[in-house]
Amino acid sequence: MGAFHSRPDENDIRHLADKTGFSVEQVEILHRRFKQLSRDEDTLQREHLYGIPDLECNPIRTQIVAAFFDKRNFDKDSPQGTVQEIGFEQFLTVMSHFRPLKLRMTEEQREQLRLEKLQFLFNMYDLDNDGKISLEEYRHVVYELLSQNPQIGNESAAIADAAMLEAATICMGQMEPDQVYEGITFQDFLKMWTGIDIETKMHVRFLKMDNTTLCK
Amino acid sequence: MGSLSVWRLTLVVFYIVVVIHGSSASYVNGKTPTTSSPGQPSNTVHTFPAPEKEYLPVFQINYPRIQIPFEITLWILLASLAKIGFHVYHKITVWVPECCLLIIIGLIVGGIMYSVHEASPAVLTTDVFFLYLLPPIVLDAGYFMPTRLFFENCGTVLWFSVVGTLWNSIGIGISLFGICQIEAFGIQDINLQENLLFGTIISTVDPVAVLTVFEEENINEQLYIVALYSLFKYMSQIDHVDSIDIFLGTADFFVVGFGGIMFGLLFGFVAAFTTRFTTNTRELEPVFVFMYSYLAYLVAELFSLSSIMAIVTCALTMKYYVEENVSQRSCTTIRHFLKMWSSVSETLIFFFLGVTTVTSKHEWNWAYIGFTLIFCFVWRGLGVLVLAQIINNFRTIPFTFKDQFSMAYSGLRGAICFSLAFLLPHTFPRRNLFTTAAIAVIIFTVFIQGITIRPLIDYLNLRRTNRKLMTINVEIHGRAMEHAIAGIEDLCGQWSHYYWKDKFKKINDRFLRKVLIKDNKPQSSIVSLYKKLQLQNALVLLDSNGGISGAPSLTSLQEQKPTKPETFLPEEVRSMQELLSKNMYKIRERTLTYTRHSLPNETRTKEILLRRHSSIRKSMRKAGTWQTPVGDDDDDDDIPSEINFPPARPRLQLRAKETRRALQPPRNELQTVNEVRTDSRRTPMVDYEKRGGSAVSENSEGRGTGTKRALTPMRRVWSFNEQGLKNNEKEDQMEMEEFRNAPAANRREEATEEVSDSETTHPLLSRPMDQYKP
Repeated sequence: MGAFHSRPDENDIRHLADKTGFSVEQVEILHRRFKQLSRDEDTLQREHLYGIPDLECNPIRTQIVAAFFDKRNFDKDSPQGTVQEIGFEQFLTVMSHFRPLKLRMTEEQREQLRLEKLQFLFNMYDLDNDGKISLEEYRHVVYELLSQNPQIGNESAAIADAAMLEAATICMGQMEPDQVYEGITFQDFLKMWTGIDIETKMHVRFLKMDNTTLCK
Repeated sequence: MGSLSVWRLTLVVFYIVVVIHGSSASYVNGKTPTTSSPGQPSNTVHTFPAPEKEYLPVFQINYPRIQIPFEITLWILLASLAKIGFHVYHKITVWVPECCLLIIIGLIVGGIMYSVHEASPAVLTTDVFFLYLLPPIVLDAGYFMPTRLFFENCGTVLWFSVVGTLWNSIGIGISLFGICQIEAFGIQDINLQENLLFGTIISTVDPVAVLTVFEEENINEQLYIVALYSLFKYMSQIDHVDSIDIFLGTADFFVVGFGGIMFGLLFGFVAAFTTRFTTNTRELEPVFVFMYSYLAYLVAELFSLSSIMAIVTCALTMKYYVEENVSQRSCTTIRHFLKMWSSVSETLIFFFLGVTTVTSKHEWNWAYIGFTLIFCFVWRGLGVLVLAQIINNFRTIPFTFKDQFSMAYSGLRGAICFSLAFLLPHTFPRRNLFTTAAIAVIIFTVFIQGITIRPLIDYLNLRRTNRKLMTINVEIHGRAMEHAIAGIEDLCGQWSHYYWKDKFKKINDRFLRKVLIKDNKPQSSIVSLYKKLQLQNALVLLDSNGGISGAPSLTSLQEQKPTKPETFLPEEVRSMQELLSKNMYKIRERTLTYTRHSLPNETRTKEILLRRHSSIRKSMRKAGTWQTPVGDDDDDDDIPSEINFPPARPRLQLRAKETRRALQPPRNELQTVNEVRTDSRRTPMVDYEKRGGSAVSENSEGRGTGTKRALTPMRRVWSFNEQGLKNNEKEDQMEMEEFRNAPAANRREEATEEVSDSETTHPLLSRPMDQYKP
């Protein structure tokens, strides 16, 4: 299902709502927002997203925008790589990673949601799509995060290194002197997050009101 | 053995208090004192016959002069001793919350006094309670409130506090009025207003008792917040007590609350501003904090505004800025004193509760009291249920039924409720009935609910707080996640409290911090955490090393004034010091969990370590190791360069004697190292402790080649993709060889060997290292 023309019909909406977990009203509202961002075209491109003024002060803007165009976020088993433009369905799919928890979720649903969210975060770091966060990529992320603080620039490398070592210790335990640590894999990433219920924190409250007219 | 003697001591003190109280009363009343020998005139100066004036009174008792402070001191001592007594028996405190025990002791003492026919101490008057006993408790609650959680759940807190209070009080009041109408119970004379008033009094839930129980169970912080809402109930309580016209009171409520907040903010900012200039008067810093808060309280009382809101707001605003400005010791002092005062106040209140229960007049009416109890539970349960359902629609993390149940069940009434009831004017009709009812409800809830809440919570298996140590990774990822969320929200045009948090942060950084904090530097929580972990690491290593011998251990971090400019930039050094010490504050803040009855989790060892650390720095400064060669001023950018840790590699098995080496920076060695440093032209480095994976430290480099250097110790860990790093690996290996094999005569190596052990570290010396062989 590619892009929708002007207005999706009922079936499409319902299908999308089922697939992504949003409610029907939320899908409609997000569709309107999609139209607003893409200036009434059928597909969204990176320039459209970069043009959002509120997003400019966000330190990891590049990664966020890239996440929308990253194929790994569209489907579980999709190939790696990026696309140049996305349709509404992909837009929604990426957004659905930020769904909040529902009150009546089973344990495995929670687990599933948690895995999805963590996978999204992992993909944001792993730029070269090799399934591992290497030191360079990590440093890049830390550098961006701290870029708002002009004085701290030099330290970001140190911090990233320290963090990697910490990750290594957590994931590998005592290492042989000759072992090398390749990078943080997704399993290691999960290990780091054990015990912290990120699924309760990582969500956006998708309102049922339509405030697309209020934002630029 | 020990516990028995403590009990004996306590009993002895009981008797002393009672007897002295009795005798003092008789002094006051002019009766013959029973403690002095009977038959003789009292031993004061006045009774000496005139002609014998030249005899100097050798021994005299002048009790009335010191009576009041003496009694107060004895009461406080007694209550505190009782508290010690409980903790001797661990088993008791596991099952029975402290407030229960305090009430029991109060009951016992009250019983003793009653049997000696003593009136209850007249000290508990309105003024004493509201002006002296209540402020410390409220200030303590406000100061240690977890602000972040509070603001994130602000809506919920306000919802439950305001609407919940009204719901409970009106509900209880009206239903009790309904009961009064029934003739069989004989209480028809209580009108609606009095019932409503009683309703408000009785629906006060005591956060003290609740949090005592909750914190010992490490329940999820969400529930903490809801328990804290009862703090806000007070503000509505105080207002409603005096106003008979409840409807006007509601409007009055908003004015009063808002006014209180305004005064609180005003005094908070003034206090923060004042502490900006206290660099030279460190001893007075706690004074400012306490006096400004108390002033906020009193001024709000002056204008009949909500003094409790004022003092809480003042504490909240003040804390953030003051903790950055004041010295570390003042910070500790403030916290200690707050805890001490609030503890004393609480203890005294519960104690009096016990005493007055026995000694005051009671009026018992089965119907009224029974129904009061029932309605308390019913209305609270209903209230929580209904309110939670409504607000779950707005919350992202909804309250489950378990949460709701624990919230409803945790409605323990306590000291405040009792005080409010006790302080009803004596002319109030049926005052005794109300007092009795209040006391009955309190005792019931505190004992029954207090004792049973623990097993219930275990049974329900409520969410417990995750006490995982903070790791850098989590911090980084958490931050990234927050930014991602904010970004997504911007993308889809949704707002939430991240938006407001962001806005507030901008205003804070741009205006407020500049004005209220001296030497303002933008802070990042990631960097602070990182530095904190470094310091922790350093201190742990220091401690394991046995400490510094002979170093003056009582120098304060801030006593070191920056020296006159020498070859390095003093303001850089000073800024490093400031940044470091600020990060030590951050240590306290970050690892703080909200505990009502104990200070944040800092052990004495850490204090000692921090002192040692400061003395290291001081001696280091004396040794002049900060001097760097001309042109090499990048070194000083690195705060962490102060602290060096040897690589904790199993390969580095140094000789045994070095591991025992004390951390003395003898001058000559330092000089050596200094030279080494100047030779090497690099800052020292890094060390990693592979301990539990959480403490990591590192130095960064100021130079272009920095990244390579920084990674050297990690050679065993990384696989570097870059050529430069691999080269470094080799260099390191070479170094290691050199390190182990070179003759001791090599001065450089000696210095390094002496100072770097496999297990210990010399905080001052740089890594010997250097690939820069001459």
